[in-house]
Amino acid sequence: MVNYGVGNIQAFAHIYQRLNIPVVVATTAGQMARAEKIVLPGVGAFDWAMARLNASGLRDMLDELVLRQRVPVLGVCVGMQMMAHRSEEGELPGLGWIDAEVVHFDPAQISHAPLPHMGWNDVRPTASDSLFLGIEAPRYYFLHSYCIAPRQQADVLATAYYGSDFTAAVRIGNVFGTQFHPEKSHQWGIDLLRNFADI
Amino acid sequence: MLRPRIIPCLLIHKGGLFKTVQFGAPKYVGDPLNAVRIFNEKEVDELMVLDIDASRLGRAPNETLVAQLAAECRMPLCYGGGVKTVEQFERLIALGVEKVAVSSAAVDEPELITRAAERVGSQSVVVVIDVKTTGLLHQAEVMTVNATKRSGLEPVAFARKMQDLGAGEIVLNSVDRDGQLQGYDLNLVERVRQAVSVPLTALGGAGSLDDIRGLVQRYPIIGAAAGSLFVFKGIYRAVLINYPGRTERDALARPVETRAVSS
Repeated sequence: MVNYGVGNIQAFAHIYQRLNIPVVVATTAGQMARAEKIVLPGVGAFDWAMARLNASGLRDMLDELVLRQRVPVLGVCVGMQMMAHRSEEGELPGLGWIDAEVVHFDPAQISHAPLPHMGWNDVRPTASDSLFLGIEAPRYYFLHSYCIAPRQQADVLATAYYGSDFTAAVRIGNVFGTQFHPEKSHQWGIDLLRNFADI
Repeated sequence: MLRPRIIPCLLIHKGGLFKTVQFGAPKYVGDPLNAVRIFNEKEVDELMVLDIDASRLGRAPNETLVAQLAAECRMPLCYGGGVKTVEQFERLIALGVEKVAVSSAAVDEPELITRAAERVGSQSVVVVIDVKTTGLLHQAEVMTVNATKRSGLEPVAFARKMQDLGAGEIVLNSVDRDGQLQGYDLNLVERVRQAVSVPLTALGGAGSLDDIRGLVQRYPIIGAAAGSLFVFKGIYRAVLINYPGRTERDALARPVETRAVSS
């Protein structure tokens, strides 16, 4: 669990503890060095989260683990959005692990629907993937006004519908991301987090 | 399909859970963490927890309790009570709540909403508007400090202003209907729905699943919050935490009419 001061680390840690999956809440690069899986949570504005991550002293270790050692990483909400090149919500550059930009929901396409997109929505995996293994009729909690838009359609792991289809989850090799909050999505989320740990 | 959000609203008073009637007569309901565990089992859509002592006593949020609640919650949590500064927004989000609600502070210092939205994002900034019928003309008025103080503000214009300043959700809380189990103030909901485009949640008055159904049928994307309905059973208000099952909730949801898009 990457603890850079943003997001609900304890909710993830709690779920993994109950699943008897060892979890380390890491605030230093040393604590992260032996990670077999990495979860990068996030709640908040893009620049705020990026600035915190940049100031955390964890970025070099994250790049080493994710890009060179190919350790599986799961970004959640803003944690996923930070993996893109940039976001319309902010000025700071993203991590650039995913060939994507983060864009605002197009108001023209959701003309009668409120923003932020808030609440439980159905999620449709685009292919069978280990992340959604065994999860029937997946539904998850969303809370966002910005969406990730991968340049490669093949990177889209799941979509959801809100006026139009948008990307709900991504996967590029060892890099996973969900726009929704598995840590706050009851059994559907617990199953997904266990699947991630089992990869 | 995005579903309507059916939200139990829990009130913290003297460290325990209480339920009020028209913001008074608090009745003890139980232990907050225990209630969260029961709501976990019932797979509630999200949870709202409001500390009704904090603002009144000028106290900051109880971060120890918030952290415990947030870690326990397997559903999204909205916390409100005693929040006055951007730093508190930031700390509460870091403790693991998804949304932070303000009420009195939004009236006293509207710019707080803008600064909080810049820091934690609009999606996590909730304004709870306590509305009471006041004066000789029985006009709806925004109230603060647990409805003890009149603001002179008109709720619809205030809701619009809060949205424009950066609020990501408006919770309309009817003081008159609190604990009355007579249904939501649909007239007020309609007027605010017309005025704002952010998610809207109605609170105050729900006495049965029919009240929630009535709200949701009119507004497919809405938050339907309730206190008494989910913590009491029967006319003697026996404490029994309850919540509609998945099948009942799925039956409430229906597709939203959005403009057809070609993609």
